[in-house]
Amino acid sequence: MSAGSEPLRDTDLGEAELEARITSLWRTPRGLIGWLSSVDHKQIALRYIVTAFLFMGLAGIGAVLMRLQLATPDAHVVGPDRYDQLFTMHGSTMMFLFAVPIMQAVGLYFVPLMIGTRDVAFPRLNAFSYWMYLFGGLMLWFCFLSNNGPDVGWFSYTPLALTQYNVGHRADFWAQMITYTEVAGLAVAAITIVTVFKMRAPGMTLDRIPVFVWAALVTAFMVLFAMPAVMVASTMLILDRLVNTHFFDVSLGGDSLLWQHLFWFFGHPEVYFIFIPATGFVSTIIPVFARRPMFGHTAVVLSLVATGFLSFGLWVHHMFVTGLPRLGESFFTASSMAIAVPSGVQIFCWIATLWSGRPRFATPLLFVLGFIFNFVIGGMTGVMVASVPLDTQVHDTYFVVAHLHYVLIGGSVFPLIAAVYYWFPKVSGRMLSETLGKWNFWIAFIGFNLTFFPMHILGLEGMPRRVYTYSADMPWGGLNLLSTIGAIIFAFSFLMLFWNIARSLMRGAAAGSNPWDAETLEWATTSPPPPQNFTRIPVVSSLMPLWENRETLPAITGMRADRREVLVGTLTEAEPDLRESSPDPSIWPLFAAIATGITFLWSIYTPWAVIYGALPITITLIGWFWPKGTKEDES
Amino acid sequence: MRACAVRGSFFASLGLSACSSVQSALAPEGDTARAILQLFWFFTAVCAAVWLIVMVLMVVAVARRRVAVPDPVLEPDPVQERRIGWIIGGGIAATIAIFVVFTIASFLTNKSFAEPRPHGLIVKVTGHQWWWQVDYEAHEPDQTFQTANEIHIPVGQPVKLDFESPDVIHSFWVPNLAGKQDLIPGRYTSLTIEADKPGIYRGQCAEYCGIQHAHMAMYVVAQTASDFSQWRAQQLKPAQAPNNAELRHGQQVFQSGACAMCHTITGTNAGGQVGPDLTHFGSRMTIAAGTARNSLGNLSGWIADPQRMKPYTRMPPVALTGPDLLAVSHYLESLK
Repeated sequence: MSAGSEPLRDTDLGEAELEARITSLWRTPRGLIGWLSSVDHKQIALRYIVTAFLFMGLAGIGAVLMRLQLATPDAHVVGPDRYDQLFTMHGSTMMFLFAVPIMQAVGLYFVPLMIGTRDVAFPRLNAFSYWMYLFGGLMLWFCFLSNNGPDVGWFSYTPLALTQYNVGHRADFWAQMITYTEVAGLAVAAITIVTVFKMRAPGMTLDRIPVFVWAALVTAFMVLFAMPAVMVASTMLILDRLVNTHFFDVSLGGDSLLWQHLFWFFGHPEVYFIFIPATGFVSTIIPVFARRPMFGHTAVVLSLVATGFLSFGLWVHHMFVTGLPRLGESFFTASSMAIAVPSGVQIFCWIATLWSGRPRFATPLLFVLGFIFNFVIGGMTGVMVASVPLDTQVHDTYFVVAHLHYVLIGGSVFPLIAAVYYWFPKVSGRMLSETLGKWNFWIAFIGFNLTFFPMHILGLEGMPRRVYTYSADMPWGGLNLLSTIGAIIFAFSFLMLFWNIARSLMRGAAAGSNPWDAETLEWATTSPPPPQNFTRIPVVSSLMPLWENRETLPAITGMRADRREVLVGTLTEAEPDLRESSPDPSIWPLFAAIATGITFLWSIYTPWAVIYGALPITITLIGWFWPKGTKEDES
Repeated sequence: MRACAVRGSFFASLGLSACSSVQSALAPEGDTARAILQLFWFFTAVCAAVWLIVMVLMVVAVARRRVAVPDPVLEPDPVQERRIGWIIGGGIAATIAIFVVFTIASFLTNKSFAEPRPHGLIVKVTGHQWWWQVDYEAHEPDQTFQTANEIHIPVGQPVKLDFESPDVIHSFWVPNLAGKQDLIPGRYTSLTIEADKPGIYRGQCAEYCGIQHAHMAMYVVAQTASDFSQWRAQQLKPAQAPNNAELRHGQQVFQSGACAMCHTITGTNAGGQVGPDLTHFGSRMTIAAGTARNSLGNLSGWIADPQRMKPYTRMPPVALTGPDLLAVSHYLESLK
């Protein structure tokens, strides 16, 4: 394009030619280099999702091993050292490498589609975040496989995690894994916020934003405010271990409880990073299968926002037995119960939507109903552990293990699987088998409850958490065996899910662009979506655009057809403000992630790594941001 | 009692009723645990009722009969929407009311424990990786003594436990008597326990404290006042002197070998401070913090190879000849 001449616009071209042109502009280059350079939010999100499921599989195998060890008293399936690594890896992986990333990744995939844009706000940062996450996870699992896995729990309490009680580098690998995943998590949070704020399709005012997008936005803000606490804490831990600062060392003026405050100030909101997107899935799925608009859309959105705020005021309920002042603890009882109110509002609204709709029993809805069943149990036991006196009995027992799995699996993994069944046709262009799906649901539902319900009783009968074995004299054998049988059944349900996916990818029925007749914008484009998502950016005039405009969606014109271009709009009204170029694929984010990753890993062994590592990081960042002489963006 | 079938030989051998409730929050034997259990059943009843209502609503919502509507998507009826809105408003108000009641009930129960109670006895409990040191304190130095993994208390009176941890965080938990309390390095914590009737209540560390967290148990032995003072008087005495050649040999091996580096036996030269005080070892029910019953066979096995019974325990294996091992074991068992 020579300077001065008018750029090529979508108005200059016919429909077919325009589509071919825009598609080729946004397509990720072929070949390995192309694959490694991709900045397409869908490809990156899919990588996140597949990687997270792989980590879930590993941590799930770990869980089954632990269940086998606990199935009978005084068993020798694994020894205490392996067992401690296993429960640490299970918790750390499920929280940091599976649940949080996968929830963010579903957002990375669907937020741009649901708000009608072509990519996320910072595509290269997005690519970088994935590589950081991958390296952190791989590092942790390589350590575990070389019998050097962290063994101080996913919470890594001090002083147990200090060098006096944890020689070698096990706790360092854990702390550094936090750094990797937090870099990734914070990047995705920033990307999500800017994408939702600035890149919504014209007309998508605040009241027309789909609930799931709200959920992703609230989660992103929570990540932004909560993750720094654990990042600071894990950095302080590394400093204590590496250069003898004494943040947590009591004998030298440190404080062992400081860690718990910092960790749980992050750790409690973290539960809601996982739960809020899950409720977003539920609020997306229920209206589609109830065949009516969501009852109380505004109330549901406000509940998400309220949950986000309240989740920062509960962390002390993890510390009720540390001897904090009783009156202060009671405040946290009240705040912990208060957070159940917005959850209650959502449950009532979901039931009301189903009540006044005409429910269609497809697999996604079944998983949502299973979610309500399980999550309400988890919520109720949550209210129990919020009570200081009750918590002094059940804290750190199997009762809490049961509670947290009801909330995290019942409350988040069930909706996640519902979301897989719901969105798989969009992502792959093929339907999953409904028959297998229904079997999958019932086996998961029965296996899950059989695994975790008995744990409530075990906890009340005095079984503490994190014990690698128990004596035959304790009355825990029967329920533990039952729980192990349940765990095997539950693990089998995941094999069914993966089988269903594999089978469907090979010979599933074609999905078409909107198989469920859903109302949000991701269903307006083809399945799978083309690289540019939308050849023409749609104009939105309703919360349910596809139900309002059943024939064709109105679209804007005047976008350029000779470069990657996205539309940037105003925050509340989403009025188009300017057209902005979107970055081309680049290998530099990968190089930057490699340089950063090596620096992090190296700094486990010497503080000088931070100095030496700065040089390659700088070089890769220069490559990443090398100016290309693009013209100013046009208003 | 529900689950009081005979189980294992361990508790039976301890003279217990071999009951499943020896370490259970569901079988309170002290007022704190009883108040918590009452609160628990109250919460459980209300929560179960709420859960049931939600489930019934959900099932009816998806299963009720409906008139067929021709349109692909229902247009909500404003009158019905308003009615549902009111019902939901009522549901939310009820939810909030329940939580207010829960918070107040919880607060009142909590307050009743927090109020200082007059207590006669103070016992200092120190958590170590992975055993419990127990010091009976008194104003007169000659009334103090130390034991391990076993806390004897008189029934019917509050006993204050003062906690300390020199290494990592542990948590003291005897569910039949009270909720748990962490032992945190650098912090003072305490717990008041009281048992209603004589009995043996098991507890174990509830905060993950390292590789042998699973084998860090202790027993609270509640005794009548007279049994307790008898026990106490016995514990205050120095160790029983060996009264035959084998025991004398055992004592000699203990004092001259590695044992005395870590363990104390009052009245002898053994004064190590690292491991448990063994002055009245023979009177205790278990060895290695509840890992095994205290018997001659278990003890010899433990001394010969502690790492087999409790891997990674801090106690090193001690190379002893067969006769020496047997003599030491006999000697320790004689320390009633």
